[in-house]
Amino acid sequence: MPEKSAGALADAQPVGRKQAVEQKPQGLRVSGTLYRGREGMWSWVLHRITGVSIFFFLLVHILDTALVRLSPEAYNAVIGAYQTPIMGLGEVGLVGAIGFHALNGLRIILVDFWSVGTRHQRLMFWLVWVLWAVLMIGFTPRHLMNVFGG
Amino acid sequence: MTVSIETPRTLPQRRGVNWEKWGWIYMRASGVVLVVLIFGHLFVNLMVGEGVHAIDFAFVAGKWADPFWVVWDTLLLFLALIHGANGMRTIINDYAQKPGLRKVLSWALLGSTVVLLVLGALVIFTFDPCPAGSPADLLPSFCGDIN
Repeated sequence: MPEKSAGALADAQPVGRKQAVEQKPQGLRVSGTLYRGREGMWSWVLHRITGVSIFFFLLVHILDTALVRLSPEAYNAVIGAYQTPIMGLGEVGLVGAIGFHALNGLRIILVDFWSVGTRHQRLMFWLVWVLWAVLMIGFTPRHLMNVFGG
Repeated sequence: MTVSIETPRTLPQRRGVNWEKWGWIYMRASGVVLVVLIFGHLFVNLMVGEGVHAIDFAFVAGKWADPFWVVWDTLLLFLALIHGANGMRTIINDYAQKPGLRKVLSWALLGSTVVLLVLGALVIFTFDPCPAGSPADLLPSFCGDIN
């Protein structure tokens, strides 16, 4: 039964597609007006992913910092885990996520409040990546020297 | 049979505070401040001096001896955690479609946020930089003058 319906679908498909093209010729150039699949979508997706990641780091970070109230030994033991090479690389990821979320957040504010923000949203998305690259080039070598240089 | 239809283009009258609007405004207002607070936090803790290797109890105690960093970190705690929690609330509302699950996740989020805000505030404002009985080499240098 599933095979039969799949075959029927395959037979019907070319006709359906042709009809759609005939009825809606502008459908061929629809990509320029769709939010999905372009810079706007990736800005939204990455803003969510980086936001959730930063949120869970923040939960852990508040708890580890709270150890200063317990004892110097407890805090130093846990913060020592942040100073290992693996966590050092993780911190590059964290700063990368924060950097994107911050810059893209400023882009969102400009889209919302700047009179021509929407018109330039695509350009600003790429500008976010340029500024992000500058930030990471400034941060990463110095941080990794601190992590691996001792 | 009479059917009365509302006049078109008339929005239903809302009563009370529009919390969604204030949430929207909060994300943008706190976001701008957080850019400054977080990049400042990252720069001082990771880029100045030995970076991440310098962070220990004495480092934190040294920072919180200055009211400037007490205010900075308190603002950071409240603005960032509420910003993050409101973002998570948006995501729960987008993806948790069963009302029961949505309710559980929302209350868990609210509960953990309130607990962490209270915990964080207590830690900052009841902090003792020179706890009695701790080895002097783990404490900030100014503790020697007191003990």
